[in-house]
Amino acid sequence: MKPRTLFEKLWDAHVVLPATSDTPAVIYIDLHLIHEVTSPQAFTILRDAKLRVRRPERTVATMDHSTPTTPRGSDGRIPILDAQAAKQIGQLETNCGDFGIELHALGSDGQGIVHVIGPELGVTQPGMTIVCGDSHTSTHGAFGALAFGIGTSEVSHVLATQSLLQQRPKTLAVTVDGTLRHGVTAKDLILAVIARLGIGGGTGHVIEYRGPAIRALSMEERMTVCNMSIEAGARAGMIAPDETTYQYLAGRPRAPQGAAWDKAVAAWKLLPGDEGATFDREEHFDAATLEPMITYGTNPGMGMAIGASVPAPKGASDEKALAYMGLKAHQSLLGHGIDVVFIGSCTNSRISDLRQAATVFRGHKVAKNVRALIVPGSQRIKKQAEAEGLDKIFRDAGADWREAGCSMCIAMNGDQLAPGQYAVSTSNRNFEGRQGAGGRTFLASPLTAAAAAITGKITDARTLLG
Amino acid sequence: MEAIRTFSSKTVVLPIENVDTDQIIPARFLKTTSKQGLGKQLFSDWRYDGSGQPKADFVLNRPEAQGASVLVAGDNFGCGSSREHAPWALYDYGFRAVVSTTIADIFRSNALKNGLLPIIVDQALHGHLVAAPGTTVTISLETQTIALPDGTTAKFSVEPFARYCLLNGIDELQFLLSQDDAIKTFEARSSA
Ligand code: SF4
Repeated sequence: MKPRTLFEKLWDAHVVLPATSDTPAVIYIDLHLIHEVTSPQAFTILRDAKLRVRRPERTVATMDHSTPTTPRGSDGRIPILDAQAAKQIGQLETNCGDFGIELHALGSDGQGIVHVIGPELGVTQPGMTIVCGDSHTSTHGAFGALAFGIGTSEVSHVLATQSLLQQRPKTLAVTVDGTLRHGVTAKDLILAVIARLGIGGGTGHVIEYRGPAIRALSMEERMTVCNMSIEAGARAGMIAPDETTYQYLAGRPRAPQGAAWDKAVAAWKLLPGDEGATFDREEHFDAATLEPMITYGTNPGMGMAIGASVPAPKGASDEKALAYMGLKAHQSLLGHGIDVVFIGSCTNSRISDLRQAATVFRGHKVAKNVRALIVPGSQRIKKQAEAEGLDKIFRDAGADWREAGCSMCIAMNGDQLAPGQYAVSTSNRNFEGRQGAGGRTFLASPLTAAAAAITGKITDARTLLG
Repeated sequence: MEAIRTFSSKTVVLPIENVDTDQIIPARFLKTTSKQGLGKQLFSDWRYDGSGQPKADFVLNRPEAQGASVLVAGDNFGCGSSREHAPWALYDYGFRAVVSTTIADIFRSNALKNGLLPIIVDQALHGHLVAAPGTTVTISLETQTIALPDGTTAKFSVEPFARYCLLNGIDELQFLLSQDDAIKTFEARSSA
């Protein structure tokens, strides 16, 4: 048999019906994650057509995008003040109830950002096809799954048939050699990859990240990398499973147990690409040359080393971006004042991200006139961080410690920038208005964000780490 | 869904590159539970000022843009999130086609399910369309062509199955539901 890549093995294993000259392939979906924002209209389609959810046990729901992250009331509940959000959240509860879907509702222990709780529960596993009405579904590819974002019509297709019509994407290998230097994180690595590929550079492709620098990453770091694949236009990003993957999954509530675990691991070990398998395209990076990264424009591809100067615009769109950001070509960003720091999102809200941020915050105060918002990705992470005393470090510094959710990554829940404000954010999108109409976002790692919080300006965190 | 075959319209030109879905429809409008009425919020932050008044200099607000159903956009249109609210908003506003040099994957797939044609043309034709806003183009899904008044005609490609669905006004879900036997066979095989 011809040597196959990880992607090809997963694709082949999920073909229900092969593509014909008239129809794309029908692909089986192992796991469907849903949330309140992109699912209501899909359930309406089901109800209108009098359809059932084909495999409710393969569907997991949570609430994250429009949920408040403000502190709980004295009754232990998280109050929802926005009537529209309350309606949308109520709708998800009704839909999950009516169709028999497991829901991790607001206020419950399992609630959190959809791409954080899947891995945390252990429902995300190697070899699976995973979809969600959310483009950062690529996160789950860190486990050697084929995971991609879909639209709401497709959400209805998966609910009703557990299958999707899909065009087969091309493959792109991103190989990262070398070792990341001290103070350079997985976030910097992926921002550097996107800066090179460009925001549309991965369109039509599934990326497989490989090489020694990728192997050396923890599961949480791998999730950060795969998460942002969509920011280069790629539908999915994946990393072949290995011991790091199995160790992360072992003992998770929904991972296979006992004999089933041994059987699963044996199957997962067959997933990595075969010797001699080829990709449609290949790109190479050297981790040792990478610096902490920061974005200067209005898409994630507009990133540079933190000490570099803003590149000259290459056309009207770049000029528009710099004008929006209030920046000039050739200026340095180091020392640029900021108003808000956001540490959170499905890119960087996991326990290791919070621990990293805490190393910078410890013993310092948030700079005057800066608002720092720290939003754990899930209720479990929140508990863990509190058990480790990280919340105390953040609170003592004067930062806001919140309930779990998407929060200021998408600014749907009231956590948002005011027009003109500058933020350093660990999230994944710096589009105009993404964090609030008129708000201006610099994307960076948790280390860089924490350093900005305590200095009040864009700072190379390595100068603080010693 | 309404079938699409051939239609003519003048164009609106928005040549900015990498127009993302947060520009097409900002996230704060995603708290809706229906698909209707999103056209009012299309390009909201570019179209209206802080007090909700139309900005005179934004293309969609110009008198000559009224009634146009073809949007000529810059490279990599529709990048960013998977929100189907983006094509819903464009369709609800009245657009039936987006013409660009590249279009982001998820947006393209969503557009095709909602009667909005994603049309890829080469740099030369794109340059031509950008230089002459308001040009009347004739788009035929049957022949997969876009024709200009000066006789220039270019082919575009649409996935055969999406084209079949659009031409006949049917929806992919019906096809998937009709494949129940194949899905059952797959499920039986993979649980064995
Ligand atoms: S954290 Fe941001 S990017 Fe991630 S799922 Fe939520 S809104 Fe989307």
